[in-house]
Amino acid sequence: MFDRDLWREILQSINKNRTRSLLSGFTVAFAILLFAILFGLAKGLENTFAEAFVDDANNSIFIQSGRTTKANKGLQAGRRIQFKNEDYDYLKEDFGDDVQYITSRIYRNVTASFRNEKDNYSVRAVHPDHQYLEKTLMKEGRYINQLDIDNETKVVVIGRLVEEDLFLKTTALGKYLNMNGIQFKVVGVFTDDGGDNEERLIYMPVSTAQRIYGNNDYVDQINLTYNPDMDFDEAISFGRLITDKMKERFDVADDDQRAIRVRNMAEGTKAVGQMTFALGIIILVIGFGTLIAGIVGISNIMIFIVKDRTKELGIRKALGASPRSIVSIILLESILITAIAGYVGLLMGVGVLRLAEPMLETYFIKDPGVSTTLIVSATITLIVAGGIAGYLPAKKASRIKPIVALRDD
Amino acid sequence: MLTIKKLHKSYPIGDRSLHVLKGIDLSVDEGEMVAIMGSSGSGKSTLLNIIGMLDEADEGEYILDGVTIKNLTEKKAAIYRNKFLGFIFQSFNLINYKTAQENVTLPLYYQGLKRKERQEKSLFHLEKVGLRDWADHHPSELSGGQKQRVAIARALAANPKLLLADEPTGALDTKTSYEIMAFLQQLNDEGKTLLIVTHEEDIANMCKRIVRLKDGVIMEDVKVDQVRAEQYV
Repeated sequence: MFDRDLWREILQSINKNRTRSLLSGFTVAFAILLFAILFGLAKGLENTFAEAFVDDANNSIFIQSGRTTKANKGLQAGRRIQFKNEDYDYLKEDFGDDVQYITSRIYRNVTASFRNEKDNYSVRAVHPDHQYLEKTLMKEGRYINQLDIDNETKVVVIGRLVEEDLFLKTTALGKYLNMNGIQFKVVGVFTDDGGDNEERLIYMPVSTAQRIYGNNDYVDQINLTYNPDMDFDEAISFGRLITDKMKERFDVADDDQRAIRVRNMAEGTKAVGQMTFALGIIILVIGFGTLIAGIVGISNIMIFIVKDRTKELGIRKALGASPRSIVSIILLESILITAIAGYVGLLMGVGVLRLAEPMLETYFIKDPGVSTTLIVSATITLIVAGGIAGYLPAKKASRIKPIVALRDD
Repeated sequence: MLTIKKLHKSYPIGDRSLHVLKGIDLSVDEGEMVAIMGSSGSGKSTLLNIIGMLDEADEGEYILDGVTIKNLTEKKAAIYRNKFLGFIFQSFNLINYKTAQENVTLPLYYQGLKRKERQEKSLFHLEKVGLRDWADHHPSELSGGQKQRVAIARALAANPKLLLADEPTGALDTKTSYEIMAFLQQLNDEGKTLLIVTHEEDIANMCKRIVRLKDGVIMEDVKVDQVRAEQYV
């Protein structure tokens, strides 16, 4: 396949006809430039979306309670709905495999101190599953475990910034934190991708909180994730099922929107997914359109080149060039020009994206990079494109009759 | 060397067809130098193109060096052209962006010779036409006579059995024409078979045999006493 003399011929032909080669290269370079920029922008938008949902598990369902707005089954409107441990148990047991992780949540605000450092923090009392729901990452030590729940141990897991604020440069692990006068042992320090606020939280076992703050079995909120095997539609109907069951359980009217509030991430994720998908399609269509325009452009110029070179090709044929060698000359020239020009376009596109990156962040476009896979596939695409662009002209060239080509003008 | 029997060729012109060759019989032996003469439209170029496998006859038989030339695929025709034939054109038909040597190398490239061999052979043939010092010049830097000599070197390079010249002196002044003819005569003396299409009597008389065409048939086919071109140079 690799024929040094053939390539020498082609390089000579490109080199001796620079204007022509540059002209055809420009079309392709421009098409690829646009393609790369479009692709990068799309990728950037996608990154922004992906980041917005990175903090929490995106198959979460949050269940909160409020006051009823409608009278139902003889009960008055304005009644307060209070979740309890038994509701957590009910959701956990009755829905079986449909529920992946589940946790209760109780919110409290405390003043925490260690030695001379003191500040106010939000406390979340939770079950062990909460770690997965919130995508909490352990920096040191461990998270709340089932033993803590069973024994109502006075332990806390604190955020990285809590450690920084209160324990200064020292490690918090194993030390005792004073919260509103009660000593809690720090068993873990965590980090969270969700930002600073998420890292200023303190977690404790739900049972401990119930014992200390009111000696009851109340919970403020129940969070769960559905089985990730469910598709969006199944997940959405699963969310509705939970809503219905909980309303039934608390004798809430079907059309009461406030008493039981279920927030299903699947609905948002589905919308975002659809939007990203639609965006992808649009980009793909525009991108391929540009690419095809580029191919048609170079194809046109190659046809012109063949016409321009008719005489030369005729001479070559008279001297014994086979149709195949004529096809290779034109085809490889087309591929070479397309590949080189395409690469220049690609590099320029990547350059433009790099330069524009800081400005684009304002418009929700993050890391609009072009990946290695894209570059590899673009290279293949370019070679194929060059082949397609050169094919018709090459065929045309191979059919040139030397007699016609050599006829004196 | 070359035998043609009852050759016919027509070209469609609009919805009618123009009968250009109306049964040509011709036989050329090795070492001959034949002039094909005729006014324009007599079919002399068409005949040469068919002999050169640049065009195909509608009817008749054409045997070149024992091989019947019929229904050739493009690929076969390319191989035969390369192996059997050397072309010399009125307008030289050199490739402009290639140097003299590169032009001469081209048929050798299509013969599949190695680069080094091509270089040697092309220089040898340029030497033969007296243009060795011009090897690196482009056609635009050469005079008409020089261009035609490069073209002859190119035609010779592949060592063909038959040289076909279509009005080789048509674009040259008389003096240069005679120089070129002297050179072609020298090639013939060395044993090459030549077929020269021309409409100039003086050029034809420098060949050994004259075939006159008129309206697609051979009117006359005579051997002549060759006029040597050197005496005019």
